[in-house]
Amino acid sequence: MIGGLLQSTLDYLAWSPPGWGATLVVALVKSILIALGAFGLGLGIGTLGAYGKLYGGPVARDLLAIYTTIVRAVPELILILILYFAFTSSVNNLLLAWGYERIQISGFVAGIVVLGVVQGAYATEVLRGAILSVPPGQIEAARAMGMPPLMLAWRVTLPQMLAAAIPGLANLWLIATKDTALLAVVGYAELTLVTRQAASTSKAYFTFFLAAGAMYLAISVLSTLLFGRIEAWARRGQVRPGGS
Amino acid sequence: MQGFWAPRRIVMAGIGLAIVLWCVLALNWSWLANPKYQGLLLQGVWTTVWILVVTMVLGMALAIPLGLAQAAGPWWLATPARLFCGLIRGTPLLLQLWLLYYGLGSLFPSIPWIRGSDLWPILRQAWPYAVLALSLSVAGYEGEVMRGAFKGVPHGQLEAAKAMGMPRLTIFRRIWLPQAIRRVLPTLGGETVLQMKATPLVATITVVDIYAVSSRIRQDTFVVYEPLLLLAVVYMAIAGVIVFLFRWLESRVPVKTA
Repeated sequence: MIGGLLQSTLDYLAWSPPGWGATLVVALVKSILIALGAFGLGLGIGTLGAYGKLYGGPVARDLLAIYTTIVRAVPELILILILYFAFTSSVNNLLLAWGYERIQISGFVAGIVVLGVVQGAYATEVLRGAILSVPPGQIEAARAMGMPPLMLAWRVTLPQMLAAAIPGLANLWLIATKDTALLAVVGYAELTLVTRQAASTSKAYFTFFLAAGAMYLAISVLSTLLFGRIEAWARRGQVRPGGS
Repeated sequence: MQGFWAPRRIVMAGIGLAIVLWCVLALNWSWLANPKYQGLLLQGVWTTVWILVVTMVLGMALAIPLGLAQAAGPWWLATPARLFCGLIRGTPLLLQLWLLYYGLGSLFPSIPWIRGSDLWPILRQAWPYAVLALSLSVAGYEGEVMRGAFKGVPHGQLEAAKAMGMPRLTIFRRIWLPQAIRRVLPTLGGETVLQMKATPLVATITVVDIYAVSSRIRQDTFVVYEPLLLLAVVYMAIAGVIVFLFRWLESRVPVKTA
């Protein structure tokens, strides 16, 4: 009984076509790439947003507050649907207005943009808190020495806020990997959707969903370890409270 | 109010009002007049709200023992609790939902005594799986939060209660649990909003919540954006109510400010 179960599981997950192994791994790679893209885009938006919220003019602050409030109050699924349609149609409208042909935007790019916008709102808050943790005296000192703002950010603020930002960013990365599953609902063939296709074709629901779960879990365990390393690296040279 | 209504805010409010007016006038809202859709929308909102409330309550009821087991339990309780929280937090909710719905849903019909039982008419529907998956999800995330909350209660108080000869259950009921709950209260509102944002996933397993209703309207009428906008507004309103309720709840709990 157990031997037979193991054999059929191995058959289902085999690498070559009767098995679904290769298809699942390709879908997993797609999921990871989208998560990476969205996380990167979110970091970019978040850095700009955090600086805007802290040092921007009153209008910029209000607009950013509206952005983060909306994104945090509306379910990702609905934002994905709205942005998915709005993003593709507005890109096409722009292209038509400039006299180009309309293009088909791949689910891959749309997924990255949509999840990136969502991630950006959360990253704004994480990075804002981290920037606030940098001792203000150092920033003032750098300003007093006439350091240009970009150099100040690059040499003083960003390296020091990194340590405080890493735990929040690690959390955001895990959310990004899990949010890629939402693209299954708009029909993009990432890991969760491919898993469901494999499961409903073969009727081996538990096998495939548990296998996909193990893949997601592996990502989360590996990233937790990796972020631990990065945090230790970002905190190098910091005096630990109570330590020698 | 003087500070809030600075000139730029008045301009921004004007622009916002103009956008809302444009949305109301220029977009196609004729489907809202259809009484069939009105009824469906109300039912959808009701489904979303009761699923949110029921799963939060069930999930928190599970999260308290999970947190306690991790904070103070023996290893044979702490390890499974930690594994459970890791499993729930490490995999997408959509996957968990589909695993339960399609997996259990295909397993149950093949077991005769489940098919024959009185529960079968309920288990054939989709909502028990939605409630189960969402409750387990709350339990996993909040179990971790409760662990921190239980650990954060000052140890001296528990020792003092023990020294006074208070029974363990009474210590838990009177000292440990109330203070742990008070610690999580500020985060609980945010967590409830997060849970609300997870509820539309149940539409993927045929539960007819507000999201499913709007999808159906979009399919029936070929109106693309308007039902989505309405949906966003409805969710923002629910989020607003949640934040307001928790703020009120927090104001009722006395907090010693240092």
